[in-house]
Amino acid sequence: MDNFEPVIVAFCCHYCAYTAADMAGSQRLSYPPNVKVVRVPCSGKVDAMHIVKAFEKGADGVYVAGCLEGDCHFKNGNSKAARMVAYVSKYMEEIGIEPERLAMVTMSAGMGYRFAQVATEMTEKIRRMGPSPIHAAIATGKAA
Amino acid sequence: MITAERKPLEELIDYIRPFRRLLLVGCNECVTVCAAGGRKEVGLLASGLQMALLKAGASIEVREHTLERQCDPEYVEELVPMIDGVDAVMSMACGCGVQEVARRFKDKPVFPALNTKFMGASERQGVWAERCQGCGDCLLGKTGGICPIARCAKQLMNGPCGGSTGGHCEIGDDVDCAWALIWERLKALGLQENYVEITPAKDWRSGGGGGPRKIIREDLAE
Repeated sequence: MDNFEPVIVAFCCHYCAYTAADMAGSQRLSYPPNVKVVRVPCSGKVDAMHIVKAFEKGADGVYVAGCLEGDCHFKNGNSKAARMVAYVSKYMEEIGIEPERLAMVTMSAGMGYRFAQVATEMTEKIRRMGPSPIHAAIATGKAA
Repeated sequence: MITAERKPLEELIDYIRPFRRLLLVGCNECVTVCAAGGRKEVGLLASGLQMALLKAGASIEVREHTLERQCDPEYVEELVPMIDGVDAVMSMACGCGVQEVARRFKDKPVFPALNTKFMGASERQGVWAERCQGCGDCLLGKTGGICPIARCAKQLMNGPCGGSTGGHCEIGDDVDCAWALIWERLKALGLQENYVEITPAKDWRSGGGGGPRKIIREDLAE
C-alpha cells in the first residue's frame, strides 16, 4: 500500500457540520479530499449499521459530526449519536478493527475552520495508522 | 418478553470457521424488542462475522433472513428454499427459536448467536430487568404485583431476609429488595394483612421441578 490515501467517511448533520463544511468552502479553507461527506438530517439518525457497512466496504476511517453539546436541533440526537459511536467502537474491537478509526466530533454551523481542522486531523491520523485491516484484506483479495 | 444478549464474536467465529455459506436467521419478536436478534442485529452481525473472517484471511458468505417468529414451525418453514444453499445456520433467536430451527433441519448444524437471559420488562430505553421466572403458579395477586420469585435473590416467600437495608438487597445497592417493594406497595393499597399471612413452601413442580413443562389446549390441539 504505497502512497496510501485513506478513505474517510464523515456523516455530517445538516444543521451543523454540513453547514460548517459550506462555511469552510465560503472561507476558502481547504481540507483533504479523502473525506467523503454524507449529509444526514441529524447525527442521531446515523445508525450502527451505516458505520459498520462503511468499514465493510473498505473505509479506513469514519466519523460522525453532530451539533455542539446541548445544541441539537432535535434536542438530543447528538448525545444519542455519541453513545452509539461508543457502542460501535467496542464492536470494532471485537471484529479486530482499531476503534481509533471511528470518532464522534461536534461543531456548530459557523465553525468552518473547525470542520476543515477535523477533516485534516482525521485524515492525517488515519494516514499514519495505514489502511484498515478490512481495506487491506479486500486489496489483497483483489490482487490475488 | 424473553431477553437475550449476543454472544462474544470470538465464540461465534469458532462455531462457523469450518463453513463457507451461512444462513443467519433473526426473529421479529422478543429479541427484536430487546435489540439482540432482530433484522438490524442480523445485518450488524453478518457484517461483523464477514469482516472478522476476512481479516483472518478466510471468508464466508452470510445470507440474512429474519422470521416473523422463530418458535413456531409455520414460520420456520419459510427457510426451506434457503436451507440447501448453506452449510450451517446461526440463529439470533432465543433458545426456543434455535431449537425449533434445529428440529426442522436435522441435517444442518444450527448454532446460537445469543445467550438467552430472562423474562423481563423494559425499565427505560435500553435497560431490561428480570420480572418473571415462569414458576407456573403466579403469586402476584398476593404480593402487590411484585414478584418475590424473580426479584428476590433468595426467592423468599415470607418477607425479607436480614440483608435488606434501606430498601436495597445485600447483593448490591442497585438491586431493590423485592420484599421492601412489596411492603410499600401493600401499605399503599391498604392490604397489609396480605403480608402477615404465611405462605407455605412453594411446590416447584409447576416451575420446572417436575421436568419439562407443556401446555395442551385441547380445543386447539390437533
